[in-house]
Amino acid sequence: MESAAIQISNLNFQYAENSGVVFKDFNLNIAVGERFGLLGPNGAGKTTLMNLMTGVLQAKSGSIKLLGKEISEDREVKKLFGFVPQFHSFYQELSPAENLEFFGAWAGLNRKEIKERTKELLSVLGLSNVADKPVSKFSGGMKNRVNLAIGVIHRPKILFLDEPTTGVDVQTRHAIVDYLKELNKAGTTLIYTSHHLTEAESLCTKVALIDEGKIIAQNDLQLLLQEHKQDGLEGLFLNLTGRSYRDS
Amino acid sequence: MYKLYTAILKELRIMLRDKAALAVMFLMPVLLVVVITSIQNSSLKMINDNTVPMLVCNRDGGESSLQFIDALKKIGMFDLQKADSSLTDKQLTDSMHSHDALIAVVVPQGFTSALKSKSQNITGKALTEFGMSVKIEQDSSALVKEAPPVAMFYNPVLQESFRLSVNGALKSAQQFTENRAVLQALYLAMSDKKLPDSLEQQILNNKSVINQIPTAKDGSRKIPNATQHNVPAWTIFAMFFIVVSLSTNVVKEKISGSFIRLKTLPTSFILNLAAKQITYVVVTLAQVLVIFSLGIFLFPHIALPKLVLPENLGSLFLVSIMCGWCAVSYGVLIGVYAKSMEQAIGFGAVSVVILAAIGGIVVPSFAMPESLHLLMKISPLHWCMEAYNTLFLEGGYMTNVLYSLLPILLIITAMQFVAIAGLKKQRLI
Repeated sequence: MESAAIQISNLNFQYAENSGVVFKDFNLNIAVGERFGLLGPNGAGKTTLMNLMTGVLQAKSGSIKLLGKEISEDREVKKLFGFVPQFHSFYQELSPAENLEFFGAWAGLNRKEIKERTKELLSVLGLSNVADKPVSKFSGGMKNRVNLAIGVIHRPKILFLDEPTTGVDVQTRHAIVDYLKELNKAGTTLIYTSHHLTEAESLCTKVALIDEGKIIAQNDLQLLLQEHKQDGLEGLFLNLTGRSYRDS
Repeated sequence: MYKLYTAILKELRIMLRDKAALAVMFLMPVLLVVVITSIQNSSLKMINDNTVPMLVCNRDGGESSLQFIDALKKIGMFDLQKADSSLTDKQLTDSMHSHDALIAVVVPQGFTSALKSKSQNITGKALTEFGMSVKIEQDSSALVKEAPPVAMFYNPVLQESFRLSVNGALKSAQQFTENRAVLQALYLAMSDKKLPDSLEQQILNNKSVINQIPTAKDGSRKIPNATQHNVPAWTIFAMFFIVVSLSTNVVKEKISGSFIRLKTLPTSFILNLAAKQITYVVVTLAQVLVIFSLGIFLFPHIALPKLVLPENLGSLFLVSIMCGWCAVSYGVLIGVYAKSMEQAIGFGAVSVVILAAIGGIVVPSFAMPESLHLLMKISPLHWCMEAYNTLFLEGGYMTNVLYSLLPILLIITAMQFVAIAGLKKQRLI
């Protein structure tokens, strides 16, 4: 069994030749089964790192392995992970069931598997009664749950979550966090980014604080708080990244 | 295959739920083809089939003037309406409006006497040339009168080409009247008898026939009409107008992040592009089916010429698929490079109208100014129009349409490459 869900070695990346270097000789290891929080101020490189780990962006050099397989190696690696983007990246004209049918097929599931998973996910995420209604008519919280369902339809071993609870009410946020914990218990490794530090504190077992493309702190959440003599993540965050604006 | 099936199903569902896009794709071209064919058909009918109202003011009233009017009538081009001979020119032009006549003709006073004098003079000269003694009735003045000119008043809206046709018809009637007068005078002088009607008819009506042959590739004699041009032309326009729907569809997927999400899935993005193109090519074929069906089944019921399909239906299907694919490639290209839906709609719609105008959809390519001929060749709609014209107007076969299909294929290839390059540059594939 693989011990590292994610293994990043000597990663180098910049968007264009004449733009600044985002990551230089960057290294990161995330163990299987962790609930890992990637935190940092705006422009720190969290979303870029997530795009590199999911193969949306290509690294200039270095290696990114998911469960021991190079992300750029072959398309099959993509079956290992799921991705829940920050925005509602699906088809608003379609119903949740229709979206799951399409994305499920593209994730490699067959018709029967899609049917079963759709029923299960819509029930768990409280969307059964609106399964056939167009998503465009849904509230923000319902759309976030559809976004999450699409990301996990193929039972990925690793789940990347880019601010999965942005713009939702407290009830939906708790429901999503509880569901993610359930997934983790079932063996899914979670890689999570958010500006919602209270939520991160409740969800993550381990965190890495990133700033300007570098990891400035990384450890078990409780050990990190003890080490920096802080009561919560917000204090730790301000202590390590400062109070100045980070407009990108 | 299941992935492709779900992708096509996704595209169809999105399309069928967008009622405005469906109206643009199907209702708009149906209205366009019916309205424009009706307008063009009535113009052609006015010139080709119907008689043109013409006011005739006979200020002479003599035998030759009546013969001239009769000859004019026999041409069959005019609906002659008699105007009061006492009308002044001003009153006559005013009454043109009240009679809805575009043309008025005035036969001047002295028309008959001048013609008679002229014919007798010609007869005299002719007989003298033959060395025969001449005994012809001479006008008391003994001077040859030049016939006063027949005047034609016309509405300035009349097209130059049509005005020249009317002028030719008037000259022909006048020539006929003069010939008749000369013939009668000559016969009388030579035989002291009146020219028998039967002989006169034989001589004057013995016209040579001009055999008119259309240069159709299949040797057929189909007569091009407003339907044969407009139905294929506006079908091409409709096919290309799907850029509005298709490009916004692509932009929406880019903006929503669906493209990025698809990139994280273990399926080639090219499959998504293929599904999109297959779906929209099928839609363009549905447009062809709907618009051509209108031409075949509806047009005869609304007094428009029925659309006659080319005999070579295989070529028609191939041309339709290629035209549809070309339109779809253009839609994808615009969608890839547009940064917003407003950009895609605005640029897409305006560019299709311009490409249609320079491509010979609105005005046939032969009627376009020389300066636009080179520009015309860059319009994909021009090559589509050429391919359909080869089938519908020239009765061409597969080998004939290949000349137009090759440029279409080159344009498609170029657009696909540029679109994929754009997607790569935007890190979407």
